[in-house]
Amino acid sequence: MKTLTPLKESIGFTPGHATIKAAHILQKTKSKLGLSRPFPAFIETPIPDVDTLAIQDIDVSNPFLYRQNKWQSYFKRLRDECPVHYQNKSAFGPFWSVTRYEDIVYVDKHHELFSAEPIIMLGPVPEGLEKLETFIAMDPPRHDEQRKAVQSVVAPQNLKEMETLIRTRTAEKLDKLPTGVPFDWVQEVSIDLTALMLATLFDFPIDERTKLAEWSDIVGANPEGTGGQGNADDVYLAASEVMKRFSLMWREKEAQQKGGKALGFDLLSLLLKDENTKDMINNPLGFLGNIALLIVGGNDTTRNSMTCGVHMMHQLPEQFEKVKADPSLIPNMVSEIIRWQTPLAYMRRVAKQDVELNGKTIKKGDKVVMWYVSGNRDERNIDRPDEFLVDRKDARKHLSFGFGIHRCMGNRLAEMQLRILWEEMLERFDKIEVIGQPKYIQSNFVKGYESLQVRLTAKQSAPQ
Amino acid sequence: MSNITFIEHNGEQHSVEIEEGKTLMEIAMNNGIPGVDADCGGECACGTCHVIVNPSWFDKTGNTNNDELQMLDMTPERESSSRLSCQITVTKDMNGMEVRIPEFQM
Repeated sequence: MKTLTPLKESIGFTPGHATIKAAHILQKTKSKLGLSRPFPAFIETPIPDVDTLAIQDIDVSNPFLYRQNKWQSYFKRLRDECPVHYQNKSAFGPFWSVTRYEDIVYVDKHHELFSAEPIIMLGPVPEGLEKLETFIAMDPPRHDEQRKAVQSVVAPQNLKEMETLIRTRTAEKLDKLPTGVPFDWVQEVSIDLTALMLATLFDFPIDERTKLAEWSDIVGANPEGTGGQGNADDVYLAASEVMKRFSLMWREKEAQQKGGKALGFDLLSLLLKDENTKDMINNPLGFLGNIALLIVGGNDTTRNSMTCGVHMMHQLPEQFEKVKADPSLIPNMVSEIIRWQTPLAYMRRVAKQDVELNGKTIKKGDKVVMWYVSGNRDERNIDRPDEFLVDRKDARKHLSFGFGIHRCMGNRLAEMQLRILWEEMLERFDKIEVIGQPKYIQSNFVKGYESLQVRLTAKQSAPQ
Repeated sequence: MSNITFIEHNGEQHSVEIEEGKTLMEIAMNNGIPGVDADCGGECACGTCHVIVNPSWFDKTGNTNNDELQMLDMTPERESSSRLSCQITVTKDMNGMEVRIPEFQM
């Protein structure tokens, strides 16, 4: 990375962050003049019991639903009484909720009926960034081209090479953890391990990896999109920073390529090598959108599943004993963790035409939200859905990765990271205790932990 | 007795009896063939029951529709005779057919 400065001078032209800056200035000016969309600030109040509400008043877009642990009763009532539900006065505007497993698979599969454009969160794209392009929020054929360009980063050969690296890094991290005293698992382990992985995928400087987690958090916390506790300024500033850093890295790799030096298998190199995406940098909002997608996609998700597993092993010691006695259950346990956590609660679509779904008519142009978090607890498709079972039969049949053409691209990498974490955990620790209450994130999109204090007890024969 | 042979990535072979009318994915699952995940349970929506049909048998496996092609497109190990096994209905004509299982199901 020491070549960054001279390169910047020699290439001179990284127009991306200027585009973002312009959008930010425009948004600030409009805001001052009262022309901007009002940015909602969410203030937490106690959420009523679902039984006290009329069905049309149920609003599952409330960003405190997970924190206040009301989501299960809310979604169960919708699944039982009104599985395709219309809410017309939420802070995010009107939207349909699809809450049963089978209906969710139907919507996810039928991309010709339900468009993923322009964005997959409930709220709108930030002002001035409407042209942000990201393949998770694109329909075919453009989706297919862009996804294909990057999916080889998680192809079998790469995954195998990454396995050793992930294991080494995970082991190093776990070896440094304190035993017998409480610490925050989220900060120490979940955030850092996922950031390490992302830095590897992007060939981003390892010692600056916390930046990746910070940027991702800011995007995920956009209040207008997800009800998070971030603010508008942060979103633009982070976008501009991401743009600047990644444009420079792109130009540096491009110069390498032109100089006849072979490119690696990191994401930017793959994009540069592919005919369909080699000029992506010329479309700043397309470049930013796809980079942001890969940063966010590999961050909040695995991070929260890492924390969930630890939390569950504390709550259900008999399940922990079962895995300790038979570590071959780990891959199955990993799938169960991913179902249980459902780190991204939903994906949003827009109906491309009028569609009948489970007795309701969804009109062309309506927003449709597939609540994976609800489908993963649907008793119609999942046996004893509210029990966490490390040896659950068919544990892989969960919705957390989505189905159809937008199915999570990093699913195997995520499973591998979690599998290695648990293999290495069992080698070292005998007991996991959660101290106090976990803190949960404010968001209707990211279902996750802010902090989880844990105390670990080392195994008698732990390797040193 | 009619059989289909699944060949794992490591070369291990599993010969299983044909059950007419079932999908190839169901037969793999019923016989516990390693390496076929079938996460979506046969909806043509996940791509994790990918198999590579021995090219000389490919024509016997029926048509590949657009949905299936789209899912196959997302698989880095795709070959010209790749299919999703949940989209193949097994018939007696497939006696002797060989299918390979990829290294990873994506």
